[in-house]
Amino acid sequence: MAFIDRTARSLLLGELLAGLGLTLRYFFKQKATINYPYEKGPISPRFKGEHALRRYPNGEERCIACKLCEAICPAQAITIEAEPRSDGSRRTTRYDIDMTKCIYCGLCEEACPVDAIVEGPNFEFATETREELLYNKDKLLANGDRWEPEIARRLELDAPYR
Amino acid sequence: MITQILFYLFAVVLLGSAAAVVSARNPVHSVLFLILAFFNAAALFLIAGAEFLAMILVIVYVGAVAVLFLFVVMMLDVDFAELRSGFQRYLPVGATVGAVLLIELGLVLSGWTFATDSAHLRMSPAPVGMSNTEALGRILYTDYVFLFQIAGLILLVAMIGAIVLTLRRRKTSRHQIIRVQTERAVTETLEMIPAPLGAGVASMGGYRRPKVAEPEPVVAEEAEAEGHGHGHH
Amino acid sequence: MYEFFHDTNLGLVLLTVGECLALLVPLLIAVAYLTYAERKVLAAIQLRKGPNVVGPFGLLQPFADALKMLTKETIIPSGSNRVLFLLAPMLTFLLAMLAWAVIPVNAGWVAADINVGILYLFAISSLGVYGIIIAGWASNSKYAFLGALRSAAQMVSYEVSMGFVLVSVLLCVGSLNLSDIVLAQRHIWFCIPLLPMFVIFFVSALAETNRSPFDLPEGESEIVAGFFVEYSSMSFGLFFLGEYANMILMSAMTSILFLGGWLGPFGLLPQLGPLWLILKICVLLFLFIWIRGTMPRYRYDQLMRLGWKVFLPFSLLWLVLTAGALLAFGWLPNVA
Repeated sequence: MAFIDRTARSLLLGELLAGLGLTLRYFFKQKATINYPYEKGPISPRFKGEHALRRYPNGEERCIACKLCEAICPAQAITIEAEPRSDGSRRTTRYDIDMTKCIYCGLCEEACPVDAIVEGPNFEFATETREELLYNKDKLLANGDRWEPEIARRLELDAPYR
Repeated sequence: MITQILFYLFAVVLLGSAAAVVSARNPVHSVLFLILAFFNAAALFLIAGAEFLAMILVIVYVGAVAVLFLFVVMMLDVDFAELRSGFQRYLPVGATVGAVLLIELGLVLSGWTFATDSAHLRMSPAPVGMSNTEALGRILYTDYVFLFQIAGLILLVAMIGAIVLTLRRRKTSRHQIIRVQTERAVTETLEMIPAPLGAGVASMGGYRRPKVAEPEPVVAEEAEAEGHGHGHH
Repeated sequence: MYEFFHDTNLGLVLLTVGECLALLVPLLIAVAYLTYAERKVLAAIQLRKGPNVVGPFGLLQPFADALKMLTKETIIPSGSNRVLFLLAPMLTFLLAMLAWAVIPVNAGWVAADINVGILYLFAISSLGVYGIIIAGWASNSKYAFLGALRSAAQMVSYEVSMGFVLVSVLLCVGSLNLSDIVLAQRHIWFCIPLLPMFVIFFVSALAETNRSPFDLPEGESEIVAGFFVEYSSMSFGLFFLGEYANMILMSAMTSILFLGGWLGPFGLLPQLGPLWLILKICVLLFLFIWIRGTMPRYRYDQLMRLGWKVFLPFSLLWLVLTAGALLAFGWLPNVA
């Protein structure tokens, strides 16, 4: 009896049809991917994206040129030069990040005592030339101005866990 | 007019490619020219109104036989220098065989006579109102049915002979028996054991493997004999 | 008008060219959208969305792909046989197009209504292997060569059982003409009385077109891309077009042999005609892609076992049974 049962099943291609049925069910299921450029997935507040240099609310730049980020950067992507400004405060004259070297580890953000350098939520900064990925201070400050509302919100959300 | 032009075109290509089959240096090119020759022969059949024969020629010779030719020839590692080196030595034998064949062909041609009703038959190869497939079937399965069946039997014998000569079952090779594999049910191979909390596999008596039929152990000398490929015992 | 097209030489030439274009242009567009459909269906089965950026719903994707392919460089590997290397993709594409001459789209709508249409189709489809073998050999590459050998053995194995399936259909019809085969299915489609043969034919068609689960000649996980590993640009594109045109051809063949061609089910809506055939072809093509999304690739010896030890005896047995039943019940078609 079991022999007849098994023979009938194999002749009627039972297992093949079961497999086809399974894939057909998946065919009609909700898709796991999203319509990317038009839809985006949620991003964690800790997401490490494009770098930005922040300012205080009065417009003064936060960075005090302590060079802790430069020191801790494992990829040695950060280059800083500093001089006293005319009002006597210590500021950077040069703050470069080579985004082609950066490994997005976030250690610069951790090291910064004044929350100046941060990694923001932006991950869509692909460029057509390599040179455009060698960020200087102007570019980083512009990033900060552009993303400040979201960066501030992210820092606030993540604060309880620090 | 157009039919004549086509006939001569196909005939010329047929003869040219047939000549190229024997003259081409590369055996793969030879087979490809052979295929071209088959095609042109099929086209000539079509012009003669024998579409069934034309299609069968393409299906059987081009679609199957020549594929196997090509299959074998492509795998050959031909040493052209060595091939040419024997040319002088085999020339007398080859020339003799060729001459004998040529004389025989000449004898056949000189003694050739046409059947008395051949002129009439050539005018209408197939009976009126019947496709040539049908006409061919009628004549094959009535007048020539025994010859037809014998031809089939000879092919069958050749096929069985080839299998008998080459089939050797080595005891050392392990065969997959798909029927056994697909018929195996989960209940025969998998045992679900409720594991108490904290108890390891060892405390439950270790792994229990299902019994699997092992292949018979091979006797050493027998394996040796098989390895030489005689297979006469 | 009729006189011009049927009685003058120029008219006949124009008519033939027009017929070819009317058949081939829709076919090529269908091939383009078959690649799109395949990507979409596979994506859906794998819970992805598939191409959706070029044009609305990604509908222009095939044309973007074609443009990309045309602008790439044709690379001819060193040590390859140039003539044969370039001939192979052309041959594959040409054969895939050639077979369409005898496919009847509706009653009387056929480019060449020849007596031995089914044999012609069978002959052309069995020639498809040459493109692959020549490509594999001419590439001067191990992977391509292995792909070619696999393909040669595979196609020869599956053609035999396919031939028996064709013979059993022919026994029921009594004609080798494709239009007659369709018309013989007015009362019942052959897929019902000959169901096992239908299944065997469809599976053999999968093997014949090198489709998953029989895509060993390509076998990207084992031999990279098989016979077309060395091809680039449009020479690759021609292989691609040929493969998909062959899929459509095989679906059309299956529809005509087993699913009643342009006839509707139970004689429904006969005025739809070609649309029924197109619908059936689409269903079969979906099945092709659906199977690709479901089945893993066969191992080579399993493939050979299936062809020679399962399909061949089974189709032979069913052929004898069909012939016996037709004779016993006096159902043999009346031939002249």
